[in-house]
Amino acid sequence: MKITEDTIKHVAILSRLEFDDKELGKMTKQMGSIINMADQLSEVDTKGVPETVQVVDRDTVFRDDKPEHWQDREDLMKNAPAKANGFIKVPVIINKDDDQ
Amino acid sequence: MNFKSTIGFEVHFELKTKSKIFSPSPVTYGAKPNTATNVIDWAMPGVLPYVNKNVYRLGIMVALATHAHILPNTHFDRKNYYYPDSPKAYQITQFFQPLARDGYVDIEVHGKKKRIGIHEMHIEEDAGKNAHGTNGYSYVDLNRQGVPLIEVVSEPDITDPDEGYAYLEKLRKVVQFTGASDVKMEEGSMRVDTNISIRPAGQKKLGTKVEMKNLNSFEHVRKSLAYEEKRQQQVLLSGGRVQSSTRRFDEASGKTVLERVKEGDADYRYFPEPDLAPYHISQDWVDKIAKEMPTSAEDRYDEYVNKFGLKPYDANVLLQTKESSDFFDKAVAAGADPRLAANWMNTQVNGYLNDNRVSLSDIKLTPEHLAAMIKLIKDGTISSKIAKKVFAETITKGTDPKKYVEDKGMVQLSDTSVLQPMVTKVVDANPQSVEDFKNGKDRAIGYLVGQIMKQTRGKANPKVVNKLLNQELQSR
Repeated sequence: MKITEDTIKHVAILSRLEFDDKELGKMTKQMGSIINMADQLSEVDTKGVPETVQVVDRDTVFRDDKPEHWQDREDLMKNAPAKANGFIKVPVIINKDDDQ
Repeated sequence: MNFKSTIGFEVHFELKTKSKIFSPSPVTYGAKPNTATNVIDWAMPGVLPYVNKNVYRLGIMVALATHAHILPNTHFDRKNYYYPDSPKAYQITQFFQPLARDGYVDIEVHGKKKRIGIHEMHIEEDAGKNAHGTNGYSYVDLNRQGVPLIEVVSEPDITDPDEGYAYLEKLRKVVQFTGASDVKMEEGSMRVDTNISIRPAGQKKLGTKVEMKNLNSFEHVRKSLAYEEKRQQQVLLSGGRVQSSTRRFDEASGKTVLERVKEGDADYRYFPEPDLAPYHISQDWVDKIAKEMPTSAEDRYDEYVNKFGLKPYDANVLLQTKESSDFFDKAVAAGADPRLAANWMNTQVNGYLNDNRVSLSDIKLTPEHLAAMIKLIKDGTISSKIAKKVFAETITKGTDPKKYVEDKGMVQLSDTSVLQPMVTKVVDANPQSVEDFKNGKDRAIGYLVGQIMKQTRGKANPKVVNKLLNQELQSR
């Protein structure tokens, strides 16, 4: 798969990231080599191997529906860059992506 | 030119669990912001999701109730998007293998029955809540982050707004009677997105869809769809094209207003969730859940009308909520006569709930109280007049009806050996009434009944008194 500057621009928009031209060039090169490395997997002959989405050989383990209190709000909020009245304060965003 | 409408729904129900889908934080409503959260909800580095078994169980109940085909091999997928209400920057949902496919609900509109297909349903996590300030900031509360949801996606079978309304009512009722969700629009435990496209009659290809999200009530859904039908027809008739867009229903004007034009499909880059292994749903578990499921509204209706002999109207009033139907069922199980119980539920109990704006869970009257009171009426211990007093006492204070009646000496006087001498005495004392009775004035007896009631302070059984008085007067 060929990674172009347009691919990086598109992913940057989706990820809410901004790159200048210099960063864009660097990112394109680095992402390209990462993808190329991963692409080596496609050289493996997988004829006759059933398709899968998981590499573990067992089912997920369920948890019982019992509520637990782990952390207090004050501790959790320590990493929030800004807060107000118990809320996390963020720059206003009105236009939400589709379908949430 | 005639047009055909195609209407679709995406309905989210909050599944009624005690803890969240991927973390053991409590599920709350109305708690202080960010108090019902933990490191998993906040997506702190190194945390992993841990699936709540009850979410699958409740989801399977909804699938069974809508006759859907449960997929035996399920897994979760990652839907990537960046928004402050989702700290992971992705939502864990089911995209490639939903919980179930190909279900249906049956509706009846304008006297016609119709089956509305359900394309698929999947379980997923809810996002947090944002409050938008006017000062350039938004405020995020993550209490809702990770609350379990089931999203039910309809087939494009619905062809007019009334059918849409009927579909939502039926779906809500079906889900409500599984007990899997509270289905309250006002609290967000049921949320409705709808879409509509129109096309000229005879054309096969569907028209361009317009979406409307988070509508407040079923009535708003109906109104907004009806408005969109007309608006889109006018656009097409004047030679225009319907834009692929999201519109919002404006309550004040009853119109839909353009919110956003869609440019191309959103890019969520779905992929199988690597932090969670798949889950194989065994038929044994599905069978067990099916056995434990509460009786559906349809089966209850059948029992009420055909076994208990209730009028269809009364049965439907009881079945308006699972709560009232459960209350009635428990009263009947406690020995109440079903017809009397239905009558008391639909008049006295509902009247009290409406007058005081409370729900069944707020009152002190229990189904067992109601059954006990109805037994007292049925066996003649108390009159229905006295019963109203007992009811008022029990519903406000939770007093046991039997004990109350005994303590207050309200037991109805039906003993003829006590009543007969009183009857003889009252007739002796009122020769004019005997005269009137002989002259065919039936009203005379009413006066005499009143005298006995006065003497017994309303405790005499009016039926018995009437009978004795009639006998006495005729013998004179």
